Amino acid sequence: MISPVLFWTVAILTVVASLALLFARKPVHVAVAVITAMVGLAAAYVGLEAPFLGIVQIVVYTGAVMMLFVFVLMLVGVDQRESLKETIAGQKWMAFALAIGLGALLVSVISRLKVSVAGNPASGEPEAIAHQLFGPYVLVVETLGFLLVTAAVGALVLTHVPRLFPKRTQKEVQAARIQAGANPVNKTFPGVYARHNALDAAALDPDGEPIEESVQRVLKIRQQTVDTIQFRDETRHRRRELGAKEEDQ
Amino acid sequence: MSPINFVYLAAVLFAIGAATVLVRRNAIIAFMGVELMLNAANLALVSFSRIQGNVHGQIMAFFVMVVAAAEVVVGLAIIIAVFRARQTISLDDPAELKG
Repeated sequence: MISPVLFWTVAILTVVASLALLFARKPVHVAVAVITAMVGLAAAYVGLEAPFLGIVQIVVYTGAVMMLFVFVLMLVGVDQRESLKETIAGQKWMAFALAIGLGALLVSVISRLKVSVAGNPASGEPEAIAHQLFGPYVLVVETLGFLLVTAAVGALVLTHVPRLFPKRTQKEVQAARIQAGANPVNKTFPGVYARHNALDAAALDPDGEPIEESVQRVLKIRQQTVDTIQFRDETRHRRRELGAKEEDQ
Repeated sequence: MSPINFVYLAAVLFAIGAATVLVRRNAIIAFMGVELMLNAANLALVSFSRIQGNVHGQIMAFFVMVVAAAEVVVGLAIIIAVFRARQTISLDDPAELKG
C-alpha cells in the first residue's frame, strides 16, 4: 500500500505547481512550476512500484522536454506579454466552468469504480519493463523509432529558412561600402606609442596634433578620453633631458 | 492508502491542464497545459498498473512519454515558425486567417 504522507506530499506539490499554469503571469515561472509538478509525478511513479518510469519521467520530462520549452521561451523572447482583452466575451469563466465540470465528471466516474488492489505488485524494474518492451511490444517500439525520426526531420523542415538572396562575398561587401561613401583606408589607431598605448588617448599626427577620429565615439560621449597633448609635451621634455636638439616648433 | 487516490489526483491535474489550454493565450503556456494533461493520463495509467498488479500500464505510459516527446519537438517547431512569420506567439492573432 502507499503511504499517505507520500500521496499528500505529491498531491499538494503537483496541484499547487500546476495551478501556476492558470495564474502565473510570466512564462518562465510557469515553466519552473511545471518542472516541479513533473518531479512530483516522478516521485508518485516510484511510490507506485514503477521506478523505471520515475527515472524516465525525470530524464525525459524535466531533463529534455521542459528544457526545450525554456529554450524556445528564450528564443521567442521571455517578455512576450499576454494580451488581456478577451476575444470571446466571458471565455475565461466558461473555460473554468467547463474544466471544473470535466474534473467533477472524471471524479464521479472514478468514485463508482469497484477496484481490488493486487496484493503483489509487478516489478517495475528496468529488466521487467525491457522483457515486455522487446518481447510482446517490440513492433510498437520499432514504430516509435520511426515516429521519433519523423519528428526530428519535421522539426528541421519546419524551422528551416531558405536563403532569399545569394550570399555576399567579402569583395562585394567592400565595394558596397565604398559606393556608400565610406573611407577605404583604416582609421588611425588610438594611443601614443611608449607613453600611453591605450584606447582613450587620441593618436598624434607627425606635427604633434591629436587625430580626433582615432578615438572611439562611445568613449568621447562618455567623456572617458584623456588629453593627448600632455603625452606630446612629456615626450618633448624627456627628449630635452636626454640632450636632443630643440625642435623648431 | 489505495492507489485509486492517484487516479483522483490525475483527474484533477487533467482538469487543470484542460483549463490552461482553454484560458491562456500564450502558445507556449497552452502547450505546457497539453503536457500536463498527458502527464495526468500517464499517472492514471501507472496507478491502474499498480492496481492490476502487472506492467502493461507502465508500458503504455512509456509509449505516451515517447509520443509526447515527439509531439513537443514538432509543436515547438510550429510555434517558432509562427513566431518568425508574425512576431507573436499569441494564440489569438493567427486565428484571423488573413494574409
